[in-house]
Amino acid sequence: MDSIYWPTFFFYLFSGLACAFAVAVLLSSNIVRMAFYLVLSLGATAGLMFLAGAEFVGAMQLLIYVGGTLVLLIFGVMLTSQERFVVMKTWAGDWVKAFLAGGALLFILAYAAFSIPEWRGIERTEADAIVAQPTVTPIAMGLLGARTDDPSRAGYLLPFEIVSVHLLVVLIGAAYLARAKRSRSSIEKI
Amino acid sequence: MFNFPLANLLSEPVGVAHYVTVGAILFICGALCMATKRNALGVLMGIELVLNGANLNFVAFGSQYLRNDGHSLGLDGQLMALFVIVLAAAEAAVALAIALNFYNNHDSIDVDRADQLRG
Amino acid sequence: MAPFLSQYIWTWLAYTIAGLVHVVLILNLVAVGALVFIWLERKISGRIQDRLGPTRVGGKFGWLQTLADGIKLLTKEDLAPAGADHFLFRIAPYVSFCASIAAFIAIPFAGGEYPWIAQHLNVGVFFVLAVLGLEVFGVILAGYSSASKWSLFGAMREAAQVVSYEVPLGMCVVVPVLIAGSLDLVVIGDSQAGSLLNWFIFHDPFTFIIFWVYCTCATASVNRAPFDLAEAESELVAGFHTEYSGLRWSFFFMAEYGSMFSVSILASILFLGGWHGPIPVTNFLDLSPENGPVLGYMGQLIGAVNVIGKGVFGVCIMMWIRWTLPRLRIDQVMATCLKYCTPIAAAMFLGATLWQLQMPGKAFFGLINVSPSVFAIGDGGSATRLVKPAESKQDVNEQDQIARKKPASLELAQKGL
Repeated sequence: MDSIYWPTFFFYLFSGLACAFAVAVLLSSNIVRMAFYLVLSLGATAGLMFLAGAEFVGAMQLLIYVGGTLVLLIFGVMLTSQERFVVMKTWAGDWVKAFLAGGALLFILAYAAFSIPEWRGIERTEADAIVAQPTVTPIAMGLLGARTDDPSRAGYLLPFEIVSVHLLVVLIGAAYLARAKRSRSSIEKI
Repeated sequence: MFNFPLANLLSEPVGVAHYVTVGAILFICGALCMATKRNALGVLMGIELVLNGANLNFVAFGSQYLRNDGHSLGLDGQLMALFVIVLAAAEAAVALAIALNFYNNHDSIDVDRADQLRG
Repeated sequence: MAPFLSQYIWTWLAYTIAGLVHVVLILNLVAVGALVFIWLERKISGRIQDRLGPTRVGGKFGWLQTLADGIKLLTKEDLAPAGADHFLFRIAPYVSFCASIAAFIAIPFAGGEYPWIAQHLNVGVFFVLAVLGLEVFGVILAGYSSASKWSLFGAMREAAQVVSYEVPLGMCVVVPVLIAGSLDLVVIGDSQAGSLLNWFIFHDPFTFIIFWVYCTCATASVNRAPFDLAEAESELVAGFHTEYSGLRWSFFFMAEYGSMFSVSILASILFLGGWHGPIPVTNFLDLSPENGPVLGYMGQLIGAVNVIGKGVFGVCIMMWIRWTLPRLRIDQVMATCLKYCTPIAAAMFLGATLWQLQMPGKAFFGLINVSPSVFAIGDGGSATRLVKPAESKQDVNEQDQIARKKPASLELAQKGL
């Protein structure tokens, strides 16, 4: 047996964590525990992204997804839980149908993925020869419309602007949605 | 198709297929979450998992370490993943606002209670 | 260190040992740091309130007081409330503690060509911010799982506060990133090389103001007074850790002091020159790696002392603030963030951008030309690395010429990447 290739080892470690906690999210019925497992799963996915050489995306995943989104989620959990530890059971029949469908889909997807020879991974000697390149500057330049990796292709300035405006609209909209109803119900109570 | 020997499992670099499989597992967990959870926030978490699986695929297709036959998405994959992350954050904010409204109207977060439009 | 060791032993063992050394160093820094800070907090609060603080345990200044407290905490019974969600209740302190320690992975203690850093990330700033944001997670879990109104209130306040304060904090952090042109903490620190005049806090008026905004937001994001609403003892008994006792409680405290220390170190690297002291002693003494490993090591050591010293100074300022200012109300906390910190940070961000466009390559409010630091360009990639050793031995007169060549090297860096 050859010596262990460490990136592969860490890939299996992180992917095992990500998948295990994703399954835990699925199986758990307590909403806060679900959120906790989700954070761990997302964190492990960020580790996978670091392994794939996408360190900026991985850091963003940690910062926005894990840091921001999930605190928001938990905040929502607290505002909406009526009993202390909310448990809503799923019917057993639903579970059976869901697992049948999910298992079939997973089999098809995995089979398809491994049936493409180019996707099976590269040789170890080739992998060692790849020089790691930092991705922060190319991503930033790409978002500003000037691609450094391939100047002939267009950058991402327009999608970037659209996403920014979209975020602004969403923030205002979410604040409005969450606020208007609450003030109405408080008026009704009076 | 799945007959790679176990001894070589740890000594060879992984490829796009491995990442895509992990992405598929995350996606399916998320989809099942959306289908089976009765809690609106549980459905939201399912959506997050689905988006996360898709994100992992984007990163894998854009990575230079996983395939070098010249068909890698390169930077595009990572930029797509970034956009997905941003949109997922936006989606979570709106969904949270909807969940709050839902709770205010129904005094519950159980999505099965939202059946006023049933014929 | 790992490549060096792997010449002699198996590769996996070399990497494990190198990793363990980093882990032990960081754990010790946080644990011993917490020990010292708790003692320091007692002494400082004592002096501020015109009393002596601990005086008896372990010598004249009571410097073993924390250790005695730690032993007392170890022997305490580890209670969990009957109605608690036991799994989450048990795991919450560890979540906080791990997040607080994990931030130190990407924090450099000395820069240059061989930085003292556990893992050199070229997205270091964002990594530290992201991991620090995770600390709130343990607090929320603790508040939710301990089945107590006080805990839940504390955790809810904390969630609202931390989520809000991440916005201005992120904006403040982006300004030094903008000036240095990199997300790499090593590059950011090294682009402030030289004396006090090159520090980013004095770079222009906007950075000077945004430093204070950063201090405010950092204090709020680590839940220190006057923003410690999550554990306001006059209203919430003890907030999120009401139900905790013994060792688990002390993990929360270690996490709090650990993250105070890391935001202070982050402030020192982003604004206060990091490992470059106010007076460039290492330059006068030629303590650089080019003059041999021992002198280089000495220089790095002085750098690390600088970073840690500035970090401790920041923590002391936080303590001073805690024992001086009264606690805000929760609406005042949110108003401070959303009505003052965020707009100020946004305006200063815009101003710093325009300043950088108008007067590139200047320092100290645009009054002096900055000595060229090639590290300031690119994102710490191979291109900048390759450029640096060739230029670092140039004498001062030639460095002025390099300063004028900066745009050329920018192009070079971008093409190389």
